[in-house]
Amino acid sequence: MSDTTEHGYVAAHRTLEGKSAIFAVLTTVAILIGGIVEIVPLFSARTGPELLPGVHPYSALEVAGRDIYIREGCYTCHSQMIRPMRAEVLRYGEWSRAGEYVFDHPFLLGSRRMGPDLQRVGGKYPDAWHYEHLRDPRSTSPGSVMPPYTWLLRQSYDPADIQASLRALKRVGVPYTDSVIAGARADMRTQAQGIVDRLKQAGIDATADREVVALIAYLQRLGKDGRAAIAAGETTRTGAGGRTQ
Amino acid sequence: MQYTAGSRPAEVRYDDTIVKYFLLATVIWAVVGMLVGVWIALEIAYWPANLGLPWTTFGRLRPLHTNAVIFAFGGNICFTGIYYSMQRLLKTRMWNDTLSRLHFWGWQLVIVCAALTLPLGLTQSKEYAELIWPIDVLITLVWVVFGINFFGTIAVRKVQHLYVAIWFYMSFVITIAVLHIVNSLAVPATFVRSYPIYAGLTDALVQWWYGHNAVGFFLTTPFLGMMYYFLPRISERPVYSYRLSIIHFWALIFLYIWAGPHHLLYSALPEWAQTLGMTFSIMLIAPSWGGMLNGLLTLRGAWDRVRTDPILKFLVVAVSFYGMSTFEGPMMSIRAVNSLSHYTNWTIGHVHSGTLGWNGMITFAITYWLVPKLWNRPLSHPTWPTTHFWLATIGIVLYTVSMWAAGLTEGLQWRAFDAAGQLKYPNFVDIVHQLQPFYLLRVLGGLLYFTGVVMMAVNVFRTVAGPATAPAPAPAGAR
Repeated sequence: MSDTTEHGYVAAHRTLEGKSAIFAVLTTVAILIGGIVEIVPLFSARTGPELLPGVHPYSALEVAGRDIYIREGCYTCHSQMIRPMRAEVLRYGEWSRAGEYVFDHPFLLGSRRMGPDLQRVGGKYPDAWHYEHLRDPRSTSPGSVMPPYTWLLRQSYDPADIQASLRALKRVGVPYTDSVIAGARADMRTQAQGIVDRLKQAGIDATADREVVALIAYLQRLGKDGRAAIAAGETTRTGAGGRTQ
Repeated sequence: MQYTAGSRPAEVRYDDTIVKYFLLATVIWAVVGMLVGVWIALEIAYWPANLGLPWTTFGRLRPLHTNAVIFAFGGNICFTGIYYSMQRLLKTRMWNDTLSRLHFWGWQLVIVCAALTLPLGLTQSKEYAELIWPIDVLITLVWVVFGINFFGTIAVRKVQHLYVAIWFYMSFVITIAVLHIVNSLAVPATFVRSYPIYAGLTDALVQWWYGHNAVGFFLTTPFLGMMYYFLPRISERPVYSYRLSIIHFWALIFLYIWAGPHHLLYSALPEWAQTLGMTFSIMLIAPSWGGMLNGLLTLRGAWDRVRTDPILKFLVVAVSFYGMSTFEGPMMSIRAVNSLSHYTNWTIGHVHSGTLGWNGMITFAITYWLVPKLWNRPLSHPTWPTTHFWLATIGIVLYTVSMWAAGLTEGLQWRAFDAAGQLKYPNFVDIVHQLQPFYLLRVLGGLLYFTGVVMMAVNVFRTVAGPATAPAPAPAGAR
């Protein structure tokens, strides 16, 4: 494989191949540059994603619901990112702004739309629709390929966990105050009872501690803050990361 | 540490037991990972296959499939190839046998933990980085063990110059460590739950920097290293161009790391980052095709044997699929193309042409070549590899063609307008319904591919369990 006469970079490289430590260092430098150039600026306010005023952290119940959304792998089939294209805006609503995601640990943009995008699903259907859809997807969406999630109707979420979750989220930067964390369980009960009451009006008997209630709380929150902020007149740079088509 | 050409020094005994371990693990996890793949494909084509149980839904099994095929099947063949070839390339035994075994059993423990936790819904949700934080810690420890053993072996080598395969292995060891640690940084809430330190689009960018380079440095560079070792060994031809291998290596590892943002085109990620991702993805064609041509041209003079030798058939198709998917990928990174392909089955087809075509086929070639050498006996079923080859090839074609068709169908229907300028298919589920025939065809393609893998597993285990029927072949010479 060696050329008969080696000169220039080939000869230099031949020498380098004998110096394994230098080779490893150069390899490390080569693989670090791209990541540093792309990722580090995102931590700067000037070059990173713009903020959107009016976007608030999730409530305790919504965090519990989000954890269920993650556990069930909903993101494997549903995206939460509406692209700035006319067809997408018509189908799903306002295209996604960076500032809508600032409290998303982890992000749940998804990479595949086996089912529709859920970024603006909050408020689109009544709570009872979600309850029925999770119980039997084909009762609300004939032809759907989604499996039923009947265990969410039977299993209870663990309210004891929520304070540990909120504390961890606070440590990664979500601005939960100590009083919010202290009152998390009471706040959960109140929000859950509201959903249970609305379900009751639709003729569905549910208990406030069931996982389906927490998941509905999360789904009904999706995209709401962003939509309100955009309607109120967004002041940050528009079109960041995309152009309308 | 003088350069010594020719065969291994008499006093060196290679550790081939560890190679056998990793090879058998590869075969076992291939069957498991691809069985789950066929199953979840069936779940999409026929939803009752979700079985109505929490542990068997698509949402929980899809990460199990991806982790099993990438890290269990892919990981184990990489370690097989590395432990076999680096001892021979450096003319020394692995630096420390205990570390080799810790690496093997530690990695299998990670896989078993993954197989137990993912169906239980214990996940961090980041694609190909789903495993919960205690397993992430375990992965880090195992990787450190591997890294020490890897660089220790390089330090005690009996050959001065590092061959091109070792460069690629080195980039694998270093880059996966960096990617894994940076992407996994999280604050635990409980023993099974944690929240990443990054938020929103920053988290998305870190994840796709990781995710795309899991493709680049887990499914590409170690496999290219194996190509540079096994292709010349198997075809008994020298590598076509040494110069090209230098350019191939440095350009590939430098450019690959930038490509992640192409997963976030049209998102609200700052436009400059998206443009960088797209631009570097397109540039990646050059080193990728340089490497592919270096592989294919190495076969000059061996083409007559491709007709009869199933191992060379696997290699030719593997390198060809490497070329095709590294062309398709950059095309899909172009904004205009991505606007159609993103979120669709096209992406799934693209990934599988790379994994089934490139990673799978080269793995089968190496397996069929190594088993008779390591166990000193011919294959139990010498004609089966040819059947396996055709099952795999037809399976890939059915898979990719059905996913292209499905991806184009849904992509075009999502954006179709009627004469009044309204959505032509406003009801999402109507589009889903049209994909059913393609989903069934995909199951068939996957089933054919899986059947080939089962044939390989049966063949390997009957060979290993059977008697050594042939006299031991002459000891393998140096590279």
